[in-house]
Amino acid sequence: MKIAVCIKQVPDTEARLRVGKDGRWIDEEDLPFAINESDEVALEEALQIAEKQGGEVVVFSLGPERVREALRKALALGAGRAVHLRHEAFAGGDAIATGRALAAAIRKEGCDLVLTGSQSDDNGYGATGTIVAGNLDWPHAWLVMGVEVEEGAKTLKVTREMESGLSEVFRVALPAVLEVQAGLNHPRYASLKGIMAAKKKEIAEVSPADLGLGDAEVGLAGSRLEVVSVGFPEASAGAQILSGDSAASELISKLKNEARVI
Amino acid sequence: MANVYAVLQQREGKIHRMAWETVAAAQQLAALSGGKAAAVLLGSGVSALAGEVAACDLESVRVIDHPLLADYTPGGYVAALAGLIALESPATLLFPHTYQTIEYMPRLALAAGAGIVPEALSFESDGGGVVWKRPILEGKMHARVRARGTGPTMVSLQSGAFSADSRKPGQAAVATVAIDLEAAAPWREILGVQQVGGDTVDLSKAEIIVAIGRGIGGADKMGPVEELARLLKADIGASRPVIDSGWLPRDRQIGSSGQTVSPKLYLAFGISGAIQHLVGMKGSTCIVAVNKDAGAPIFKIANYGIVGDLHEVIPAMVAKLKEG
Repeated sequence: MKIAVCIKQVPDTEARLRVGKDGRWIDEEDLPFAINESDEVALEEALQIAEKQGGEVVVFSLGPERVREALRKALALGAGRAVHLRHEAFAGGDAIATGRALAAAIRKEGCDLVLTGSQSDDNGYGATGTIVAGNLDWPHAWLVMGVEVEEGAKTLKVTREMESGLSEVFRVALPAVLEVQAGLNHPRYASLKGIMAAKKKEIAEVSPADLGLGDAEVGLAGSRLEVVSVGFPEASAGAQILSGDSAASELISKLKNEARVI
Repeated sequence: MANVYAVLQQREGKIHRMAWETVAAAQQLAALSGGKAAAVLLGSGVSALAGEVAACDLESVRVIDHPLLADYTPGGYVAALAGLIALESPATLLFPHTYQTIEYMPRLALAAGAGIVPEALSFESDGGGVVWKRPILEGKMHARVRARGTGPTMVSLQSGAFSADSRKPGQAAVATVAIDLEAAAPWREILGVQQVGGDTVDLSKAEIIVAIGRGIGGADKMGPVEELARLLKADIGASRPVIDSGWLPRDRQIGSSGQTVSPKLYLAFGISGAIQHLVGMKGSTCIVAVNKDAGAPIFKIANYGIVGDLHEVIPAMVAKLKEG
């Protein structure tokens, strides 16, 4: 089985955020980046399936030069090859433009299954994997909590989270796209051997033209949504902040005497 | 024909709570151009529900009733709604931002040549167009976005962003729309629905909740938290990362994929306050936040806050409570 995994490199969750110069995105200078959490879980799931079923994991990511670091990490974790969608024209894409480009790259590679995270920790559209599926015309499922390859490897038994503590179990035919929820598994750490092996693995760079796409179909030009501005939530009344060594005991007093809740 | 459609969600004969918020938002958006919104209800045997929706101030309730829509499947819903859009060409479709919507809306957008704005919090009129505000970076920041290109726009609305109670009552006509679903493929074969985690702890009735987040650092660090909960007669809850790490069972999870709670006192330790968590607890009467990061969004909705390490603050609180 050949499994494609789409990963996104996002600002580290601990990163200190500032508005960028054009006001439309954050200032990325000196910002630490990491593989998006649910995408790392998707990669782990793909590696486990490939280990059990045999096959290859190919990792895909769209973004500027810094993304190589995320791809290199994925290779160290066990992916066989990487495809980097790297071109100025890819920049500023929404889920529709980015999903279209990723689908074209996956189609070119020829895969049986696509795994990706359900949502990115930066833009959080929760839609890119679904758009990939739509472009490939494959079945898909979002917020996947369990994947089981069924006898013969032609179908998957999928568990998906619903609201109010319910989950739904269903069967999908391959090829398919699954967008997984963080918590599906515990991603492994890269071994020294893996890190050394990754240095010899290929990261292929592709442009829109390589994928048979025009510049107007990708990036901001191919998007149906544009960002006007970004900012921090308006200051609300906010919390009464207690500080100093006595903060904890002051808090207990306030909960007793001011808020009267304990 | 209305320009703004509210696409409702129902399951087993009940309208989803957030669908009423979608109706309220659609009424407000349609009013910008002096018109009325329509609502869309899809399912099998949903005529009784249509009557319930018709008691709102709407241009009409569009009903797509078909056996293929008895259970939600992304393929069935995309085929039905794409058919409706092709017939009636609404400019904007609003959806509740539920797990169901998120799964099929992007694919419906492809089928209908539409743009998508997921998880909108509010809108404002801007030179003839509409600008939507949505959370980014796990709610630490907001982006103002607008649709570009031609074709309809599909917007999903964050839970609680619009008040269901603000919807205007009225009397709307119910119109059944026939869509040919012969060729529709559901894309999945449903095998069953199950409750996650067997015996479920019901946190919705708790008076005091001590909730922990990623900042706790491990299952072995729970001792002081348990002692604090015991002294306060509180129940223990957690945000998603704690559950995903296996530090507490899933029935302790609070937030959009867990339980919704509204205790009189909610103490959040090491929880940054991602929107998915906030929607599950923002109805609490008194909220206390303890976090190392002074910029954590949880402080914006808290009544009291301590910027500090929970591993120091909790033992200090325990000591003070023991003093009496």
